[in-house]
Amino acid sequence: MSKYLLNKFLYTVDRDPDLVERYRADPIGTVAWWEAERANVILNLPEVERSTWLTFTDAEREALATHDFVKLFELGAHNFLTLTLFIAMFERDYDEPLGFQLEYARRLSHFSLPYPDIST
Amino acid sequence: MATVAAVIASTHHPFYYRASTSTGADRPPFADEWVAKIEAFRETLTRARPDILVMVGSDHFHQLWLDNMPQFLVGKAPFYDANFYNEEREFGLPRMFVRGDEDLSGYLLRQGIDAGFDLAFSNELRIDHSITCPLITLRPEADLPIVPIYTNIFAPPLPQPKRFAELGKAIRQLVESWPSDKRVAIIGTGHLSLELGGPRQFGPHGPDPEFDRKAVGWIASGDLPAALAEVSLDSLWLPGNATHGFMDFMLMMGVAGENVKADYSDSLDLFHTMEAYFTWYPEAAA
Repeated sequence: MSKYLLNKFLYTVDRDPDLVERYRADPIGTVAWWEAERANVILNLPEVERSTWLTFTDAEREALATHDFVKLFELGAHNFLTLTLFIAMFERDYDEPLGFQLEYARRLSHFSLPYPDIST
Repeated sequence: MATVAAVIASTHHPFYYRASTSTGADRPPFADEWVAKIEAFRETLTRARPDILVMVGSDHFHQLWLDNMPQFLVGKAPFYDANFYNEEREFGLPRMFVRGDEDLSGYLLRQGIDAGFDLAFSNELRIDHSITCPLITLRPEADLPIVPIYTNIFAPPLPQPKRFAELGKAIRQLVESWPSDKRVAIIGTGHLSLELGGPRQFGPHGPDPEFDRKAVGWIASGDLPAALAEVSLDSLWLPGNATHGFMDFMLMMGVAGENVKADYSDSLDLFHTMEAYFTWYPEAAA
């Protein structure tokens, strides 16, 4: 389990307008690039001082590469990070206000309390 | 010594700015009632004639991140830029810029640490909508210096609810002991029941109206003992997966004082969340 790294992907993509569009258009390529080039960069350090040990599990990589927010919820990705980024990518595809948000809720409707643990 | 001119606790709804400024077909049907309530709430701060605003909120994974996450952080900077690209994108929030009050920040840090709260600090803090939403609702001119205080209600492990209340009591005491003739309003925002990124999100009301009803009662009556008896880190998951923001209300109940009734309280049942607004005037009670 690398919930921290899932969150780091969602966080670093969400704060960069170009990456949001790139992830929407090419999820497989963006996830592969990010894991190879960005996963180990410590955000407040020069890139040379990077970590050496962070990788996704197969399930995590697959969930990100398929835009599977239901699976991300199940894996314990932070609910706020997932929601914010997915609204940025997909709200535009729905005509009604909150259309995507309500569809998002519906797709998660089989979950009951307690929800998957988001602690890292 | 400084005067606590007002204590204010409210929800922070990032959609208020867009709802209140939209026109024509874009203006939601509830906007006029919402604006009327906010303008009445704003008056409760205006009439307290504050010189400085201490503002309690929570960074929503903007500047603060999981590689270095403080539980309680006080901003100490001469200025604060505010709002982020993703808040502009999702909520239409404007970029803002406010002055800081480094003297009060420094006093709260030194005295707070000495009082047993190992506060983190930041000398370059970009503040987010947890602080700019109450500026927009309560002081849209954003003309007063602020001291931002961030709490972690977001990234477990979180401090216990009791600790939020204790910090609130300490903030009140520290502001009252600050050697200054300034009038300080202490403003904090949190949530009632709230679900984000879960199956109960964006319903016609908040996810747990019964919790909201009880919570509004606790806050309006200052019943911190009842809130502390009923609320725990585990129980706060039940009303909605973002309900830990209620702990910022508990902090503000600590600022206001145990069993001190709010002088002003109002609420508004909106889609997605119950909005709630409270003001106390410690001077009138003194």
